[in-house]
Amino acid sequence: MTSIREDFAEILKLVRPGARVLDIGCEDGALLELLTREKQIDGQGLEISPDGVAACLARGLAVVQGDGDRDLDHFPSQAFDYAILSKTLQQMREPRHVLSELLRIAGQAVVSVPNFGHWKVRWALLSRGRMPETGVLPEPWYSTPNIHLCTLRDFVSLCDALDLRIDACAALSEGKPARPIDPRRPIENWRAETALFLLSRKVEGKPAPGQAGLFE
Amino acid sequence: MTAQAPITAGYETGGGTWRFPADRPLRLDSGATLAPLEIAYKTYGSLNAARTNAVLVCHALTMDQHMASPHPLTGKPGWWDLFVGPGRPLDPERHFIICSNVVGGCMGTTGPASIDPATGEAYGLKFPVITIADMVRAQAMLVEALGIETLFAVLGGSMGGMQVLQWAADYPDRLFSAVCIAAAARHSAQNIAFHEVGRQAIMADPNWCGGAYLKAGMRPDKGLAVARMAAHITYLSEAALQRKFGRELQRDGLSWGFDADFQVESYLRHQGASFVDRFDANSYLYITRALDYFDLAAPHGGVLAAAFVPARKVKFCVLSFSSDWLYPTSESRDIVRALNGAGCRASFAEVQSDKGHDAFFLDEPVFEQTLRGFLEAQAQARGLA
Repeated sequence: MTSIREDFAEILKLVRPGARVLDIGCEDGALLELLTREKQIDGQGLEISPDGVAACLARGLAVVQGDGDRDLDHFPSQAFDYAILSKTLQQMREPRHVLSELLRIAGQAVVSVPNFGHWKVRWALLSRGRMPETGVLPEPWYSTPNIHLCTLRDFVSLCDALDLRIDACAALSEGKPARPIDPRRPIENWRAETALFLLSRKVEGKPAPGQAGLFE
Repeated sequence: MTAQAPITAGYETGGGTWRFPADRPLRLDSGATLAPLEIAYKTYGSLNAARTNAVLVCHALTMDQHMASPHPLTGKPGWWDLFVGPGRPLDPERHFIICSNVVGGCMGTTGPASIDPATGEAYGLKFPVITIADMVRAQAMLVEALGIETLFAVLGGSMGGMQVLQWAADYPDRLFSAVCIAAAARHSAQNIAFHEVGRQAIMADPNWCGGAYLKAGMRPDKGLAVARMAAHITYLSEAALQRKFGRELQRDGLSWGFDADFQVESYLRHQGASFVDRFDANSYLYITRALDYFDLAAPHGGVLAAAFVPARKVKFCVLSFSSDWLYPTSESRDIVRALNGAGCRASFAEVQSDKGHDAFFLDEPVFEQTLRGFLEAQAQARGLA
């Protein structure tokens, strides 16, 4: 890939300079490195694969080998300005808990999710009657890491249920610039292949139940 | 006070014994003081003009300052030779690397075999009980005496890793980065239990003479050897033992007696027998005690994160090995969680290895790369070429 990934470019726009950023599932640290270079962030990565961890360390990034499903609970409340979960929420065992945790740990969360309501997915299911395999969701059902797929509408209703505010939303498609959207418009649930959300809690400083910070 | 050794490779090596006079005692956690204090140390490389390239390596229980040069008693290569040298993660052509024998040790630093100025005889059991924090306090005195305000890095494995954590907690302004390898923030019941077996083996040896064996002209070699044998098992994984020895026999057939029939028995006996040539039994008692007393969270109401709050500027790297059952990965994870909880920037990796606790002495490419990557990045951040 010669240019920056389209979701990275969008995240780069969202993040304030000098912010404290936690990137969950940071892979080889490319996003953290980009944010460090362009926005002088104070970054921390969480990555499960040993190769990813080694790559991050070689880039000089702070990275913890760990699992977004298990290791978020140990971060204190509001330790970061942003918690980024890029394209892996649907791979979590408990996406609802993870989403809630992101906004306990950080003031804002940047979350991107593939939209299972996209027309290509609907068409594949309707026409062939089989689990869709698309550019965004390339694996067959038996080996896909995506165990909790949702549509744009599903995600928005989960945000509502968790009392989260959608501060910004953009539709992403491979190789195209991001397009700001209103995720509540039904047409976007057909058109957006992947959606990137900037989320915050509606009530400032309200911690999730049973998740008091270490020093509170 | 330092004796400069000749240059061996393309870099300078040095060290010697630093003597702190009676008016500069080491204040111990127990309330006692130790004076005069001698610290034996080795250095590799030279301190740069800005004094920013100093690295302190903290050694493990039975190691000493001879980290990257032949051991004076055994002639064996340094215990971290694989990681210290030109082109290696710790490079004496770039770093000024210091390694000192811990307080309570037996390779030149004041310990139970040293002469007690009050009696003119070896301390023996009159030596005060020491802690990991005491070891670190002594190292801090040495580092200051060497004219170093801030260490670029403090590294250590096992007990060395505990010292690294203690450094961060006690002297957060005097280190830039910290690497804690195969360690824990406290000794578990199992850790204490194994050490107690070792201590009892030493004390059950009649030659131990209530700790006064030097005065009696005796050596509790058998007890110390058994202590070493028991401990050595904890340094290896079951898989490593199985791969190395399996049920292989020393000779054809069984002896139908209690000779070392199995190769693993012979190996352990050899480990025990060679250990007594280079280690003092009372030192073993004191240092294992220091480890057992170690609980970094205890002075902070049991909240480990609180110990690290002052160290928010220190860059941490915590490493564990998947088959280490002495200080398993879960212990390292607890450290990382506490660091995260304290708001410290920490890196953590579990290295896949079937070689057990001792993997940090061995050729483990992923471990080497991880260590190198972290130190390289910190060197850039520190402005070291």
